[in-house]
Amino acid sequence: MSGITLALSRGRIFDETLPLLAAAGIVPQGDPERSRSLILATNRADVRLVIVRATDTPTYVRYGAAELGIAGKDVLLEAGSAGLYQPLDLGIARCRMMVAVPEGFDYAAAVRRGARLRVATKYVRIAREHFAAKGVYVDLIKLYGSMELAPLSGLADAIVDLVSSGATLRANRLVAVEEILPISARLIVNQAALKTRREVLQPMIDAFAGALR
Amino acid sequence: MRRWLLPESIEDVLPAEARGIEQSRRRVLDAMGCAGYQYVIPPLLEYLESLLTGAGRDLDLRTFKLVDQISGRTMGLRADITPQVARIDAHLLNREGVARLCYCGSVLHTLPGSLTATREPLQIGAELYGHAGIEADAEILRLAARSLAISGVRASRIDLGHVGVFRALARLGALDGETEQALFEALQAKDLPELSALSAGVPEPARSGLLALPELYGGIEVLTRAARLLPRDAEIERGLDDLRRLAGDSADLPLGFDLADLRGYHYHNGVMFAAYGDGHPGAIALGGRYDGVGRQFGRGRPATGFSMDLREIARIGAPPAPAAIILAPCGAGPGLNEAIEELRAAGEIVVVELPGHEGTWSEAGCTRRLVREDGRWQAVPMREGE
Repeated sequence: MSGITLALSRGRIFDETLPLLAAAGIVPQGDPERSRSLILATNRADVRLVIVRATDTPTYVRYGAAELGIAGKDVLLEAGSAGLYQPLDLGIARCRMMVAVPEGFDYAAAVRRGARLRVATKYVRIAREHFAAKGVYVDLIKLYGSMELAPLSGLADAIVDLVSSGATLRANRLVAVEEILPISARLIVNQAALKTRREVLQPMIDAFAGALR
Repeated sequence: MRRWLLPESIEDVLPAEARGIEQSRRRVLDAMGCAGYQYVIPPLLEYLESLLTGAGRDLDLRTFKLVDQISGRTMGLRADITPQVARIDAHLLNREGVARLCYCGSVLHTLPGSLTATREPLQIGAELYGHAGIEADAEILRLAARSLAISGVRASRIDLGHVGVFRALARLGALDGETEQALFEALQAKDLPELSALSAGVPEPARSGLLALPELYGGIEVLTRAARLLPRDAEIERGLDDLRRLAGDSADLPLGFDLADLRGYHYHNGVMFAAYGDGHPGAIALGGRYDGVGRQFGRGRPATGFSMDLREIARIGAPPAPAAIILAPCGAGPGLNEAIEELRAAGEIVVVELPGHEGTWSEAGCTRRLVREDGRWQAVPMREGE
């Protein structure tokens, strides 16, 4: 394979990447929202896009199935960044990783008295690190979706989840009480590919960097 | 219970692949031997303290441990042979001059290095002790490139780095251990946004030096750029000079430079290199200088070396052509045994047909048959479906 494969997920990351790709002179042929094809050709014969699940993007890039990828910082922290370069913060798909609790739950008091909290989350690694750094004991419950339901149904005291507008939290009578870290999407690069094919990859990285300025 | 099932990331090596691995092992050890490297066989397990000496922090986690029934002490199954060879040089050989040693053996990892990696790599490597000059590093670099080539793998790029550069920046910036570790991780990921946030409190010129490192990779022009962008410091200048001289000595190799690649930072103290092959998602051979590892064994000596995993090399290299086996008849024909011995002595594979054999001989890899023609034994091509 002499071309470049860029892995990214459909939805917000794809939509917000389009202007950056355009700045790098790359226009996808086709729309992942309408097509079921998972491989998209572009106007450049040597560049193609592959549409993957957001959590799979680092895996594709780490094992060289794609040379480049665009992945949220949340996904990178969960999956670990071994074997990857992440040279650019693209500043897209912005949101915040937050701790949220039901209205009326006194989070600060629970932490102060050293209560053991039950926390439901998709982001087990980020949650574990965060509470360990705070010195709070937690039981982590791994869920794959509809996190907001966990405190309402008595499964957990709190959740750790991505919050962008906060509308879902409000609709489920939850309040965000603590920001863990701001999240945005990163450009990730396979390390060996950058070493062996720098002459094709570096111009693309530079084009992305140029589009950010 | 499925008794045939092996643990995760542990595998049998079947004949075709095993032949390739063994062929590479012999050729590489022969090449090392011809370059004056003496073969040593360190033990599979030893006391944990000596295994972990001077090694990277993650080696402890990667080492399988057990308790010695005789001494009650903790032993480890080696996860890396390099410290063992350093122990041999420091304590057993006690040579004053240069010692060149090579080795090949299985190591065990509690966790695979990557999702596709085995937990039982077959590590082969060479170490050169007692010479602190760049000439020794150049010799090891050349030997690594040659070892890859004779294993059938072309290194399309060998990246050089130098620990001294980051170490000097850490000293200039008066970094504490925790910050140094965090910056180190950000550098490994070329994570510029993180690097910029972490180094916010680091004084100049160390900060701009740190921020420049991730961009300092590419061809030989990197060294010129580095001299301009990095702070003026004797240690940094020495590091860049080492790299410049090494590149001068090895101009025929596909060299590149990456001053942010600090793999083995806790272990190395001079030039380091990593070889990459086309289409392979990780480094295929690693090496560099690690002076002073022997100090823990009572004698610190300059040391430089490299190693690679033969199993991985065999997987990415071209498999050896299947052997053309000769099938000899069973029984005592006139001169038959002598003919077989003669062929085997010449390196041919000769198998003897056994009576009552079921299945075809071509399935066993036989392509020729030994027949008596014109009064002498000759190997002739087999017929179809034999």
